[in-house]
Amino acid sequence: MNKGNTPSVETRRPDRAALIIAAVLAVIAGVIFWDVSRLTGLAGYSQVGPTTVPYVIACCLIGLAIWTAAEGIRGDFAEREPQQFGPVIWIVAGLAAQMLLLNILGFSIATGILFALTAGGFGKRRLWLTIPIGIAFSFFVWVIFAKLLQLSLPAGPFERLFF
Amino acid sequence: MATFEFLLQGLLVAAQPMNLLYALIGVTLGTAVGVLPGIGPALTVALLLPVTYQLDPGGSLIMFAGIYYGGMYGGSTTSILLNTPGESASIVTALEGNKMARAGRGGPALATAAIGSFVAGLIATLALAFIAPFIVKLALVFGPREYFALMVLAFVTVSSAFGDSTLRGLTSLFVGLTLACIGIDQLTGQARLSFGVPDLLDGIEVTTLAVAMFAIGETLYIAAQGDKGPETVEAVRGSVWMSAMDWARSWKPWLRGTFIGFPIGAMPAGGAEIGTFLSYAAEKRLTKHPEEFGNGAIEGVAGPEAANNASAAGTLVPLLTLGLPTTATAAIMLAGFQQYGLQPGPLLFATNPQLVWGLIASLLIANFMLLVLNLPLIGLWVKLLTIPKPWLYAGILLFATLGTIGANPSVFELGMLLAFGLLGYVMRVFGYPIAPVVVGLILGPLAEQQLRRALSISQGDVTVLFTSPIAAVLLVIAALAFIVPLILRARGRGEVLAQLAASED
Repeated sequence: MNKGNTPSVETRRPDRAALIIAAVLAVIAGVIFWDVSRLTGLAGYSQVGPTTVPYVIACCLIGLAIWTAAEGIRGDFAEREPQQFGPVIWIVAGLAAQMLLLNILGFSIATGILFALTAGGFGKRRLWLTIPIGIAFSFFVWVIFAKLLQLSLPAGPFERLFF
Repeated sequence: MATFEFLLQGLLVAAQPMNLLYALIGVTLGTAVGVLPGIGPALTVALLLPVTYQLDPGGSLIMFAGIYYGGMYGGSTTSILLNTPGESASIVTALEGNKMARAGRGGPALATAAIGSFVAGLIATLALAFIAPFIVKLALVFGPREYFALMVLAFVTVSSAFGDSTLRGLTSLFVGLTLACIGIDQLTGQARLSFGVPDLLDGIEVTTLAVAMFAIGETLYIAAQGDKGPETVEAVRGSVWMSAMDWARSWKPWLRGTFIGFPIGAMPAGGAEIGTFLSYAAEKRLTKHPEEFGNGAIEGVAGPEAANNASAAGTLVPLLTLGLPTTATAAIMLAGFQQYGLQPGPLLFATNPQLVWGLIASLLIANFMLLVLNLPLIGLWVKLLTIPKPWLYAGILLFATLGTIGANPSVFELGMLLAFGLLGYVMRVFGYPIAPVVVGLILGPLAEQQLRRALSISQGDVTVLFTSPIAAVLLVIAALAFIVPLILRARGRGEVLAQLAASED
């Protein structure tokens, strides 16, 4: 059913992934330090202000980064299964398309494309068939939620044909 | 006793036609979603949160509670017939239940799961009603430092006490706490970590994060596993009714499961999974048919399913009485309360008794509805299992984005949904648990508020946090819950803890 565009990529160096995660955690901690240092420490008479807790969190993140790096170097970081990236790209493309098209083409068309590309990620690649199915289904959902339940879902040219 | 009076009043609230309708919608949706493999109650509640902006608070909370209970029932169907647990609390059920289904005894397996869930749900909900007033009284003496200690305990148990790695649990928790800092500080009104982006000033929406992590992260993860061959759905052959023998072998495990599951759910100790494992172990030890374990012993379905539902009710004890969510689903339900400006806790019992007792009473009613939905209508739910994966996950993403769009149809919000979805995927790949992120995001600001209050009262003296006896005891328990698993893992006993992992519900 699912062929996948790219061959399964096996990460053979668990160390490197752990080190990257450690670096990301350290960078997040750095960003917190940088951002919070600009705040005036309106600590009042308790020495505890809006900056205290972020500083504590940032220190803990640095500790976790060191711990992750240590596990990475020793090589006992998480085992993981090989991942196929083809389907992931399909689905991410679908979400990105919906995000960009939503306010231009309306809910039904944008979400219909998301629907078709997600189905594509799971192996249904006949887009000329799945996109119309997706748009029809999304339109049905739009009618229920936007018209019956009064949820504000953006309408586009397709919805305006009917309402 | 006053509890009966309150419960009766609650029943009057719950029996209003609109509330009955909400409960029915809740249990139906909950069962349907619980049956679908891959989505649990946490996600369902998160999806439906934005849809209920228009409803009244009582009705939609009744609906959420129905979804929670329904999801617990529905999960057993998936694990018995498909061997793919729909939610993590049903993993144990799959062990014996799926074997029974393959041996043509799927009917009795489903029946004992449903009736066991009913018995457990009934007893546990009544226990909730009777225990809650006592905890509320206890909680009235709690000050900021006690609440802070309690939240630290919840952080530790949710993130690092169970699961296969303290490091990864804590990392998830701190990712959640970092996200919780984003937005305007509650006490001083200063913007933190928002980098001048107006969309970030209100903070990260719990629903956006939960939907992204659970729905999108899970979908990406499943898609990236590739095709592992078709899964076989076991047809329900024969009668769904249990024989006299089945009844005789089931009733004790139901009761034992209830009494194991409820306290575990009620303690700030994380998910329903732990109770199911303990119940399974207990049944295996006590059974008169040890040879059947591993080949479809009915006790191995009855006990864990009862424990599972009892701890679902147990989770509501800290949520309603202390405002303390101990599972991802409870965290999202807390977000549901906050959406209406309600803060669960001892005060809510005083200021809004109708709502609280109506909610508790509606759980009793939901339990009866679920029994009807799950026994005679079981064939309908089984059909849901035959939806092909592409359509199933395409539909899940449609509804996942629908909730976010309904709440805030902006490109920025959808961008966050995508970014957190990718984060959820990467975290799954590396074995990071998801629940601590959600719990950290929602509990982080509350914990910070209590900490800063406590320290303001003491004028910055940190030792005040340890000088109250209750707070000190809670912090010692939290420290033990952190250190003991570390030692166990270092000695190579980590597999037991890994099995008890509280992953998402």
